[in-house]
Amino acid sequence: MSSHLIRPDTDPVGRADRPMTITVDGTPIPGVHGQTLASVLLAADRSHWRTAPTGAPRGVFCAIGICFDCVATVNGVPDIRLCRRPARDGDAVTTQTRVTRSPKANGGAR
Amino acid sequence: MNRHVVVIGGGPAGTAAAESALLHGATVTLIDANEALGGQYNRRVPAAYGVRHPLSIGHGYAAAERRARLLIDHPRCEYLSWAAVYQIERHPGGGCPAVRLLLGVEGDRRTHRVVQGDALVLATGAYDRVCPFPGWDLPGVYTAGAAQTLAKTQRVLVGRSVLLSGTGPFLLPVAQSMAEGGADVRAVLEANPGRRVLPHWAARPWQLRHSVGKAVELIEYASCLVRHHIPVRTARAVVAVAGDGRVEEATIARLDENWAPIPGSHATVAVDAVAVSHGFTPQHELAVAAGAQLTSDGFVRVDHTQRTSNESVWAAGEVTGIGGSQVATVEGTVAGLAAAGADPTADRVLRARHRTAEQFVARLAAAHPIRPGVLTWSRPETVICRCEGTSRGELAAAWARASGDGYRPAKLATRAGLGPCQGRICAANIEALRGRPCPDGGASPTADTQGLAAATPAWRPLAAPVRLRELADLDSEGQS
Repeated sequence: MSSHLIRPDTDPVGRADRPMTITVDGTPIPGVHGQTLASVLLAADRSHWRTAPTGAPRGVFCAIGICFDCVATVNGVPDIRLCRRPARDGDAVTTQTRVTRSPKANGGAR
Repeated sequence: MNRHVVVIGGGPAGTAAAESALLHGATVTLIDANEALGGQYNRRVPAAYGVRHPLSIGHGYAAAERRARLLIDHPRCEYLSWAAVYQIERHPGGGCPAVRLLLGVEGDRRTHRVVQGDALVLATGAYDRVCPFPGWDLPGVYTAGAAQTLAKTQRVLVGRSVLLSGTGPFLLPVAQSMAEGGADVRAVLEANPGRRVLPHWAARPWQLRHSVGKAVELIEYASCLVRHHIPVRTARAVVAVAGDGRVEEATIARLDENWAPIPGSHATVAVDAVAVSHGFTPQHELAVAAGAQLTSDGFVRVDHTQRTSNESVWAAGEVTGIGGSQVATVEGTVAGLAAAGADPTADRVLRARHRTAEQFVARLAAAHPIRPGVLTWSRPETVICRCEGTSRGELAAAWARASGDGYRPAKLATRAGLGPCQGRICAANIEALRGRPCPDGGASPTADTQGLAAATPAWRPLAAPVRLRELADLDSEGQS
């Protein structure tokens, strides 16, 4: 367990979390209202959900919409930056991959 | 005179510009990409969290809140949140460029707007630069800005056991927000040696008289680090990260004057996250699109009124040089007044503050440079372009084949910089590898940003992603 939500009872900003649920590739994941989708995933200790063309895992890097590492499909719309998208109850996230064929089989050329 | 001033960016610089333009009688359109005003420095806990003490998360929030209220309530100010400016459109006959934007949350149905003012103020800020090292693309490595944003406003800590590495005072508030959230911050590693950092901060103290707030802030960070037993070590950096699918350990090395690791000084530390910031890259695509010239280190060039080389366009804040929130506020005030048609140099106090702000920017740049030894951290197999997975070796091979070290051969042969982020993360590092200056913006476009000469990373005609369906909407909405 590494990335996580600060416990509400010790949080000085005074939280009264209102729970909600999203799904990631069909699996329900709990979150709270106000979180971005990226933050729901990080709070569930998921550090990656996308695959780069090399097959390497990608998750959050910049958290402000610059790097596009964290994109996924949200409710059927592809390539949404999860760090910029507020989570809504029932959101369906589908992970994406940019691996279309074995990168090494053709010398890495695309 | 009732000029229409368009301000892009809702951080300290943009809100200060909007306020001073309003107070001088202008009509203002304030455009910001986020849910709430504040920018990165005063980024807020999202409203839906419903927290009881939303302003307790950092410095200057009460002042930022007062300014935000003034702007939101002001009858001559239109505030657009969740606004993605995707194009700055210059008119053939000159004058103030038009601003094209989409309103709404990405992935929802967004609506188009075109905003045409008499003057434009760009306060688009900057984002963390991270220089590549082996493992920097492993999940669990974050920009320091990411760690801060997640901790401060999302209340998410990126790890339980964390190292902060890079250069500049920005690492300190990041350490604070993580430690106060309960993370074990193992150390803050400043790559520059104390003998470079300290003299620049200690010299000419009278120039810092307008930065008393900053000094108080610094003392608070220092006492927080002491309270949480977080050591700050200079001339050290995380130079490699390893783990099975995510960060498990980091290699720390002592660095020489040039940031080259000193042989035999390496040590590994078990951590589950690393946050890194080697300075900042200005977010300057809108300025470039507006025809504003950049400095040799990639920032927007401005005169003593913050006016760019386009006479209808002003720029303020981190996009013109890294100086932090106080500098950004002064620059924004000057830019807003000038854009509204006032003479910002008429106010002696403001003029003095502006001059010391410029000195502060120079001091920060001198104390915390990126040094060329950083290029020895990566290996041939180290990924440079995260989007396309292009390695340093592939870039070197492409440049060897193309008998040139340009950005274009790198893009065409390896796809570096052509992925979703369009070079925002890798371009400055590619420029450094091909022998261009290491600092910050890296690539500065030539004076002509049209045609072939525009094969520079700063030239992005679409400044934000737009879906084809949204472009089709543009047609059906009858806007051309």
